[in-house]
Amino acid sequence: MAESSSFDVIIIGGGITGVGTARDCALRGLKVLLLEKADLTNGASGRNHGLLHSGARYAVTDMESAAECIRENRIIRQIASNCVEQTEGLFITLPQDDLQYQALFVERCREAGIDAREIDPAMARAMEPSVNPSLIGAVKVPDASVDPFRLASANALDAANHGAQIRTYCEVLSLLKDSGAVVGVRYFDRKKKETLCAYAPVTVNAAGIWGQTIAAMAGCEIKMLPAKGSLLVFGHRVNKMVINRCRKPSNADILVPGDVVCVIGTTSDKVGLDECDNIKVTPAEVELLLREGCSLAPELENTRILRAYAGVRPLVASDDDPTGRSTSRGIVLLDHETRDGVPGFISITGGKLTSYRLMAEQTANLVCRKLGVNRKCLTATEPLPGSEKHSNPDRELSIAFKAAEGRHGSLTGKMDFSQKSEVLCECEHVTRAEIAYAVKTLGVRNMIDLRRRTRVGMGTCQGSFCIKKVAEALACELGCPEMEQEFIREYVQERWKGMTPVCWGDSLREAEYMRKQIGRNINDEI
Amino acid sequence: MQEHNISKGNFEQCLKCNICTQVCPMFEVNPHYPGPKQAGPDGERYRLKDPSFFDLTLKYCLNCKSCEVACPSGVKVGDIIQIARLKYGRQSNPLRDRMLASTDLVGTVASVLAPVANPILAFGPAKRVMDIFGVDHRRTFPKYSGEKFEQWFKKNAAPAQSRFKEHVAYFHGCYVNYNYPQLGKDFVKVMNACGYGVSLLEKERCCGVALISNGFGKQAAVQAAQNVDSIRKAGAPVLTTSSTCTFTIRDEYRNVLGLDCADMASTVELAVKWIYEKIASGKVNLRFRPDFHLKVVYHTACHMQKLGWALFSQELLKMIPGVELVVPEQHCCGIAGTFGFKKENYGYSQAIGQPLFDSLLAAGADAVATDCETCKWQIESGTGIPVLNPISILAMALLTD
Ligand SMILES: Cc1cc2nc3c(=O)[nH]c(=O)nc-3n(C[C@H](O)[C@H](O)[C@H](O)COP(=O)(O)OP(=O)(O)OC[C@H]3O[C@@H](n4cnc5c(N)ncnc54)[C@H](O)[C@@H]3O)c2cc1C
Ligand code: SF4
Ligand code: SF4
Repeated sequence: MAESSSFDVIIIGGGITGVGTARDCALRGLKVLLLEKADLTNGASGRNHGLLHSGARYAVTDMESAAECIRENRIIRQIASNCVEQTEGLFITLPQDDLQYQALFVERCREAGIDAREIDPAMARAMEPSVNPSLIGAVKVPDASVDPFRLASANALDAANHGAQIRTYCEVLSLLKDSGAVVGVRYFDRKKKETLCAYAPVTVNAAGIWGQTIAAMAGCEIKMLPAKGSLLVFGHRVNKMVINRCRKPSNADILVPGDVVCVIGTTSDKVGLDECDNIKVTPAEVELLLREGCSLAPELENTRILRAYAGVRPLVASDDDPTGRSTSRGIVLLDHETRDGVPGFISITGGKLTSYRLMAEQTANLVCRKLGVNRKCLTATEPLPGSEKHSNPDRELSIAFKAAEGRHGSLTGKMDFSQKSEVLCECEHVTRAEIAYAVKTLGVRNMIDLRRRTRVGMGTCQGSFCIKKVAEALACELGCPEMEQEFIREYVQERWKGMTPVCWGDSLREAEYMRKQIGRNINDEI
Repeated sequence: MQEHNISKGNFEQCLKCNICTQVCPMFEVNPHYPGPKQAGPDGERYRLKDPSFFDLTLKYCLNCKSCEVACPSGVKVGDIIQIARLKYGRQSNPLRDRMLASTDLVGTVASVLAPVANPILAFGPAKRVMDIFGVDHRRTFPKYSGEKFEQWFKKNAAPAQSRFKEHVAYFHGCYVNYNYPQLGKDFVKVMNACGYGVSLLEKERCCGVALISNGFGKQAAVQAAQNVDSIRKAGAPVLTTSSTCTFTIRDEYRNVLGLDCADMASTVELAVKWIYEKIASGKVNLRFRPDFHLKVVYHTACHMQKLGWALFSQELLKMIPGVELVVPEQHCCGIAGTFGFKKENYGYSQAIGQPLFDSLLAAGADAVATDCETCKWQIESGTGIPVLNPISILAMALLTD
C-alpha cells in the first residue's frame, strides 16, 4: 500500500449524485475526495433519457416527487443553462386513451405547482408538427431536455475549482473501519495500477445500483431492485418539444429531443444485480420502443435509428416493507449511524437526474451536521461553470464554434480556435480545439470519456469517418501517440454494441461502411 | 417496420463518404465553403436543432447539383441546401439580388429601353456604378433585344403555324424573350421543318430559377404555380431550349418549392431530346445542307448533367452531316446564373471556370455548343469562342427551300 491521505469527506461514485454532492460539499469549504471506478457518468447518469422532468409524469401517481421535480426543474434551468434546452413538453391523449385521465392529470399538476395548460389539438400540431396528428387532447408542461454528461462534467469541474479531488478510474475495494465506524476507503487506481487508502470522518456511498455492494462493505444492508430501461436514439431531431403520453406512466411513452438527436424510451424490466455491469438491449425491446414511439411521432417510422442503449435505475427496496418487493419512492438518504449503528457512513440513492441537486443538498447537510460544520448550501443559486451569462459580439461565428458553445457554454472561450479550428468530427462539428480543451480541463483520458464530453462520433456516421483523426488528436493531446490504435479499437467496440440491436436499413449500410473504413485503420479483425 | 426508412431529402441516407465533396466545384476553389456534405446533411441536423446554425457560407452553393449526381446514397444534397437557404437565409444585398432575380420584370423594362439600356450597361462609368451596387464591373450584361421574342412570334410566325396538323408548345424562357430572340426563331424554324407547328403558353412567367437561388422563395412559388397552370392547359408537349428552365420546372418546383406537380416531369422536355427521339424512331426526317461544316465542342451544363440528357444533345449534333463533335470531361463553368454576376463571387466564378475554358480552347473548335444560356455568357467571356445552342446549330444546318 502506497501513499494515503485524509479529507473531510470521501464520496464513492461519479454519477450525477456523487459529483453533485462533491460540488455542494466543496462550495461549503469541505475538503472533498470523489472516487469513480470508471469515467464520470459510467452508471445510470450516463444511460438515461435526459429529461429534466417538470414533475408532470408523476403528478397523478406520486405528488411528492412531482412537487420536488418542478422545484428542481426551475433551479436547474437557472444554474445549468448550457446543459438544459428549454424545449417545453406536451402530454398527448390519443384516441385509444382515456380523455378523462387528462382532466385528472391537469388538476394534479396544478396541485403540485406545475404549470400545466390544456391546449387545443390543432394548437398542439402547430406547436409541434411531428406530433401524432390524430391526438384528441394535449397539455403543455414545463419539461426540458438536459444533457447528463455536461451536467455531471460541470459539477465535477466546479467541485475541482473549489478544491475537490475528482479521481476517475479509481475503484473502491473496501471500507476502512475503526471501532465500528467507517473512517476511510481502500481503492485501486486503475491508471496507476496501485492500491491506495484515503481517510475521512465521513464517507458517502453514491454508487447508484452498486450502492448495495458498497453498503455491504460496511456491514449494512441496502436492497437494490435494479430495473433496466432501454432507449433508442434517432439520427436527427424529429420533435422540438418533449412528447409524453397522457396516461398512467408506461413503457416507451416519452420522446425527448436531445442536442441534435431524439430519444425514445424507456422500457422497464427487473434484472439481477450481477447483470448490471453488462446489460443489452433485446430485439423485443427495440420493437416495443419503435411501435410506441411511432404513436407519439409517426415520422419516427422513417427516421434512421443510430443506436440503442440501456441503463439501470437505482431503485431501493422500501425499509418499511419486510418482503423487500416494494420500492421506496423519491430520494433515499440513509444515515447508517442511526439506521445500522455504523458512524461515519451515509448512503444516498433513488431519486432522479432531475433531483440530483436536492439529493446533494440533503446529503451535504447531513455531512456537515456530522462534521459540526455550519455552512449554507449555495448550489441553488450559484451558476455552474459554462452557464454564466455571456455574449459573443462576433455574429459570424463558425458552425463549429457555435456547436461547441452549445456544449460548453461560456467556457468555449477557453478553447484555442485560432490555432486548432480544424473540424475533426464532421457530423457533430468537433474541432481539435475542443478535444484539446476536454483533455486539459475535463479530465478526458480515452475515447469514451471524450465522446461523453464533446459528442465526438455520436453523429450519423458513428465515427466511421472521423475516428482515426480523432484518435490521433486525442493521443497527441494526451502526449501518448502510441495509444492511437488502442483508442480506435476501444471506441469501435463500444459503438458496435450500440449499433448491433438496430442494425438494418441505413444503420446496416453505415455499419458495413464503418467496418471497411476502420478495417483500413487498424490492423486486426473487429 | 423501418425497413425502407426514407427521410426528407434522404438526408439520413447519407453515409458520410464525402464523395459529393470531391465533385463540388465550389469546394475546390473556396476555402470558406464547407462543401455539400457539411452544408447539406451534416448542417441539416444542426439546423433542425436550432435555425441559428444556418451557415451564411451556404450562399456559395451554385446549385449545380453535381453533388446529387455523384452521391451513391441518393441524398438530395443540393435540394437540402437550397431549401435551407430559402428557409433560413437572408439576402446580403437585397436590392441588387432582387434586381438580378427579377429577370422578367427587368427584362421588360430593359427591352423597351434597349437602345438606351445596352450602351449604358456597356459604358465604363455605368459599370463602376454597378460595381458599387454589387454587380461585378468585369461582367458584361447580355444585351437586351429591342423586340421581345413574344412580339416577333405573334407578328411573324403565329399565323403560319395553323397549317400544321400537329403542335408543340414552346416555353421560351426569359433569355430568349428579352436577350436572344434568335434562338426562339431558330426553334420555330426547326420545329416547322420537323412538321410541327409551334404555339406559346397562355401565360409564361420566368421559371424562377434566379428567384430561388437569390432566396425569394415565395415569389418563385407564385410564378411556378402560374407556369404549372399554363403548362397543364397547353394540351401538347411543352418544349424548351434552356436546360436550366427545364430542370427548374421538372425538379425544383417539386423538390425545392414543394409544389404538387409530379406530372410536369412527363410534359416538359428539352427540344433536343424530343427531336432526337423523333428522328431516332423515324417519325421525323430532316434534310441538311450538303455544304455545312462546323467543328463543335460540347459543354455539358450542370443542370443538363443533372437531367441526364447531355447524350441526347450530343447525339443530335452528331446526326448533322458536317458537324465534327468533341466532348471533353464535364466541368462546371462557374457562373451559376446570377451567382457569377455578384461582385463578391466573381473570383470564385472565374476560378471554377478556368479549367473548362482551358479544355474548350484546347479543342480548337469553331463553336461551343451548350444547352444553357448562362454557361454561354460565361464561356464567351472566358474563351472568346462563340457559343451556340444545339437548336441554333441545327437551324443553321437545315436545308431550306
Ligand atoms: C433508462 C433510464 C432513464 C432515466 N431517465 C431519466 C430522466 O429522463 N430524467 C431523470 O431525471 N432521471 C432519469 N433516470 C434516473 C437517473 O438516471 C438516475 O436516477 C441517476 O442518474 C442516478 O445517479 P447516481 O449518481 O445516483 O447513480 P449512477 O449514475 O449509477 O452512479 C453511480 C456511480 O458509481 C460508480 N461506482 C460503482 N461502484 C463503485 C466503486 N466500487 N468504486 C467507485 N465507483 C463506483 C459507478 O461507476 C457509477 O458511475 C433514468 C434512469 C434510467 C435507468
Ligand atoms: S451526401 Fe452522399 S456523397 Fe455526400 S457524404 Fe453523404 S452519402 Fe456520401
Ligand atoms: S450544388 Fe454544386 S456547388 Fe452546391 S454543394 Fe452541390 S456540388 Fe457544391
